[in-house]
Amino acid sequence: MNYTLDFTPVIEGMPNLLTACLGTFMLAISGMLLATVIGIGGVVLRTSKIKLLRWLVIGFVELIRNTPFLVQIFFIYFALPLAGIRLDPTPTAIIALGINGGAYAIEIIRGGVQSISKGQMEAGLALGLHKAQVFRLIILKPALRAIFPSLTSQFVLLTLTTSIASAISAYELTSVSQRIESDSFRSFEVYFTVTAFYLVISWLMMRLFAFFSARYFAYPVK
Amino acid sequence: MSDISTTKATADAMISMTGVAKWYGAFQALNDINISVRKGEKIVLCGPSGSGKSTLIRCINHLEAYQQGEIRVGGILLGHQAKSIDAVRREVGMVFQQFNLFPHLTVLQNCMLAPMRALGLGKAEAEGRARQLLERVKIAEQAEKYPAQLSGGQQQRVAIARALCMRPQVMLFDEPTSALDPEMVKEVLDTMIDLAREGMTMICVTHEMGFARQVADRVIFMASGAIVEEAPPAEFFSDPKHERTRKFLGEILGRH
Repeated sequence: MNYTLDFTPVIEGMPNLLTACLGTFMLAISGMLLATVIGIGGVVLRTSKIKLLRWLVIGFVELIRNTPFLVQIFFIYFALPLAGIRLDPTPTAIIALGINGGAYAIEIIRGGVQSISKGQMEAGLALGLHKAQVFRLIILKPALRAIFPSLTSQFVLLTLTTSIASAISAYELTSVSQRIESDSFRSFEVYFTVTAFYLVISWLMMRLFAFFSARYFAYPVK
Repeated sequence: MSDISTTKATADAMISMTGVAKWYGAFQALNDINISVRKGEKIVLCGPSGSGKSTLIRCINHLEAYQQGEIRVGGILLGHQAKSIDAVRREVGMVFQQFNLFPHLTVLQNCMLAPMRALGLGKAEAEGRARQLLERVKIAEQAEKYPAQLSGGQQQRVAIARALCMRPQVMLFDEPTSALDPEMVKEVLDTMIDLAREGMTMICVTHEMGFARQVADRVIFMASGAIVEEAPPAEFFSDPKHERTRKFLGEILGRH
C-alpha cells in the first residue's frame, strides 16, 4: 500500500460540501412535508365512500412501491417535459421524493388509523361531530403517535434517498462530492467524508423527530 | 303526519320507536321494536348478551342504521339522511361501556371539543359549560389531567359530563359500569342517579338491578332481538310474566 491520504481537496471543497449538506437537508425536509400531505390525504381518499378514489390510491401506492426511485425521478425529469411539464432538478427531486415517500406514508398512516379503536369514532359521531371532524380532531393525532417510529425510519430512508437526486444533478451532497472527486481523484477521502456527513444528517433527522414527538405527542397513555 | 292519534303520540313522546327492525346480513338483530319514552322518563333495558339491547339504543342516535320502521327523537324523524342524523345527535348524549374519552385531550378539552365544533360555541362559553358540568359530576379538580391519568370510574364520570356539555334532551347509557372495577361502580351509578333526579330522560342498558329498582320508571326485558316484557321495576322483579324473564332474573340475581 503506497497510497497516501490527502484530504486537501476535501478541505478546500469544505464550504461547498457544507452548503451541499444544507441542500440535502432542504430536499429531505421538503420531500417529507410533501410525503406527509400525500400520506394523510391518501389515507382519507383510501377510506372514501367512492370506489374509484379508493382504487386510485391503491393503484398509486402499488405503482410507486413496485418501481425504482431512479426510474421515477427520471420519468419526471426527462419524460414529463415531452408532455409540456418542465421542472428544474431541485423541484423535480422534491416532487419525486414526496411522491415516493408519500406512497409508503399512506400505508404506514393507514395502519395507525386502523389501530385506533372504533369507539373513538363512535364517541365523536355521538357528540354530533361529522366524520371528517372526527378524523381530523380525534383520530389523526393518536394514529400518528402509534406509527411515529415507523414513519421516522421511513423518513430517514427518504433523507438518504436524496442522494439519488444526484442523477439529475440536483443540488445536494452526493452530486457536489462527485464533482470534487472527479476533479481530484481523491475517491477515498471524498467518500469517507461524505459518509460521515450522511451519518450526521441522519442522526440530526432522528433527533428532530424525537424532539417533535416529545412535543406533539406529550400526553400519557396507559 | 295527518293522522291525529299519531301526531299526539309523537308530541308527548321524547323517543318513539315504531316497528323497528334491523338485520346484520341474514341475522335479524332487532325484531318489531315498539317503545315510547316520555320526557323525563327513565328506562332500564336488560337482557342476556346478544339480545339486541345495545343495538337498540345505538339505533336511537344512528350509530347503527335500521332497515324497517320509524324512530323519532324529540319529534324529529330519524331518517337516513345526514341532516336528520345530525339533528338527532345534537339532542342525544351517549355514554359507552369503554368510556371512549379522547386520550390526546385533557378532561377539559374532551368536554369542550364538541360544543365548540358541533354547536359553534366560543371558547369561553364552552369552557364555562365544561367546568360547570365537571363540577356536577364532582371531578372539577381533574380538569387539566389526561384520561390515562384517571381511574375508570373517574373517566366514566368525565364521559357523562362530556355528553352533558351538548345539553342533550336524552341520555343513552350502554352498559356504563360493565368495564369498571367493582369499587368504582357506585360513584358512576350515583352520578347517574343524580342525573335521573334532575329530570333527564334516560335509557340505560345495564345489569345493575339495584339501579333499576331505584330510578327506573320501566324495565324492558329483551331476548333474541325482541321485547319480551315491559313493566315498572316493582312488578318486573316481583312478578315477571315470562319464563325467559324469570330465567334471566334467576341468573342475574343469583336466585334459583
